[in-house]
Amino acid sequence: MVLLQEAATRIGEPNRVAMGFFFLFIATTLGITWWAARKTRTTEQFYAAGRSISPGQNGVALAGDYMSAASFLGIAGLVSTTGFDGLIYSTGWLVGWPVVLFLIAEPLRNLGKYTFADVVAVRLRQTPVRIAAAAGTLATVSFYLIAQMVGAGGLIRLMFGIPYETAIVAVGVAMIAYVLFGGMLATTWVQIVKAVLLLSGAALLALLVLSRFGWSPTALFAAAAEKYGVGVLSPGRLVSRPLDAVSLGLALMFGTAGLPHILMRFYTVPDAKAARTSVFYATGLIGSFYLMTFILGFGAMVLVGPDVIRSVEPGGNMAAPLLAEFLGGTPFLGFIAAVAFATILAVVAGLTLSGAAALSHDLWVGVVRKDKADAAEQLKVARIATMGLGVLGVLLGITFKGQNVAFMVGLAFAIAASGNFPALVLSIFWRRYTTAGAVTSMVLGTVSTLVLIYLSPTLQVDVLKHETAWFPLRNPALVTMPLSFLAGIVVSLFTANQEEAQGFDGVARRMHLGPSAYRGVSAGVPGAPGPPSPGAPGSE
Amino acid sequence: MADTRLADLAARRWKVQVVLTVAMVALYFGFILLIAYDKPLLARIIAPGLSLGILLGALVIVASWLLTLIYVRWANTHYDAGLDGLRK
Repeated sequence: MVLLQEAATRIGEPNRVAMGFFFLFIATTLGITWWAARKTRTTEQFYAAGRSISPGQNGVALAGDYMSAASFLGIAGLVSTTGFDGLIYSTGWLVGWPVVLFLIAEPLRNLGKYTFADVVAVRLRQTPVRIAAAAGTLATVSFYLIAQMVGAGGLIRLMFGIPYETAIVAVGVAMIAYVLFGGMLATTWVQIVKAVLLLSGAALLALLVLSRFGWSPTALFAAAAEKYGVGVLSPGRLVSRPLDAVSLGLALMFGTAGLPHILMRFYTVPDAKAARTSVFYATGLIGSFYLMTFILGFGAMVLVGPDVIRSVEPGGNMAAPLLAEFLGGTPFLGFIAAVAFATILAVVAGLTLSGAAALSHDLWVGVVRKDKADAAEQLKVARIATMGLGVLGVLLGITFKGQNVAFMVGLAFAIAASGNFPALVLSIFWRRYTTAGAVTSMVLGTVSTLVLIYLSPTLQVDVLKHETAWFPLRNPALVTMPLSFLAGIVVSLFTANQEEAQGFDGVARRMHLGPSAYRGVSAGVPGAPGPPSPGAPGSE
Repeated sequence: MADTRLADLAARRWKVQVVLTVAMVALYFGFILLIAYDKPLLARIIAPGLSLGILLGALVIVASWLLTLIYVRWANTHYDAGLDGLRK
């Protein structure tokens, strides 16, 4: 403790162990990419790893996609500086997963091919639906990508002392290499390697903390209360405005079920049952991870101290690395720093792949070429889109250098909850949903979220430094999600369409029995022509 | 014939989906609203080093697991059996 009072940390100095682990990670993942590249010859392999991922593997990869550096460093930091208030976030990030399991995972796998637009468009008009869904996807992916990129640049500069721009370009190059050559197969395995590293790193840290408190979490909490007052165990100021908390909660809970890079993972497994099982594993892993962040946060509070943590980085993001340094010296700090870097790389790879699928599969193949593109062209366009998005990610990362982008993750979840989730649910469960209703709910959900976040205190007060904001809520999901549902329903009722409603019989069959059960729409082809021929459905 | 059985199965699945989703929403937002409206209750220390708030926060995570477990067990037995029956 005395040693650390002066913040005598080696964070920010070139760290040989960190560099060693980092290069080991890069070498391993590039090796995986080389192996995966030889197995990536078709679009099904590029976007969906040939549907060859097992439920257990996909569960770990889903957890990897979701456990970003923000949740590892950010939540541990928040707990270490505020105690209980930080813990509210830990629970919020998990509760979306049961919703994904109950409502989305299996129908998505049975109805779609590569993107969530496949599901919404399955019995509606392709062109308008795919344009609207791709816009929602790209908006979600872009904001999430900016937040990750800017976070990556700052984090790497802080940890390794590398210049911001160099760090961003390094992330961009590695990420493009994974996705461009190895497609979904490489991306999945990068996720798995990273998730295993992150979970074992966090578990090791948590065990080392607990070993100092007689293996008892409550002894740890008691030590925190003794040192910093019993207030650290009870609610503070974070949820002082209930509507704000409920609105953020809605975005987290239903946004998870609308995140394109998460949804895309369900296409990598062989069938709907495997999709179901993989969410079950993912929920278990992510939940354990957030429980460990309780221990890491309180451990950092007691062993390192909030003042030291804030002195290294005011946001508290360095709590976990500082704790690692305290418990295991420079080598452990190096390991945790390399894990944090690997985490960012893996998440941006997943984001880029899902954005590329929206651009090439939905917009180019579905809208521009009306499903007439051959396999070679589809794969070529997918790779061009990957390259473009990768470069765009790097440019955005550099453009937003030094800006406050923390709100962008919340914004991405709000768009996913308001633009993507309602359209997905209504198209799966509601017979009378129409093309006009779907387009209205997706466009209105996305646009209203963007407008209201611009008018909210999050942007007006925190970023633009104005005194007041026109819209009171920090996250708009409480308004925009119901608005999107309502608009989708009302417009559908006014534009009732007999053909589209009849198409629902096929959707209902295929949603439960899988693509093979419904001959009118051949396995997962998104552009299958409208109403089925009368004889086909009865043949099962 | 097959279609009424499918409709039947779909209706049963819908019931399970709605009940479990509502349970999850109620648990999480119940926790958040307790934080918002009854901070003293959550601040109560129920064992050395353990406040009611921390216990409930951990229980929300455990409850999420249990709900997914309930769904997966239901689906693996009843739903899958129903689907197998329809595929025959």
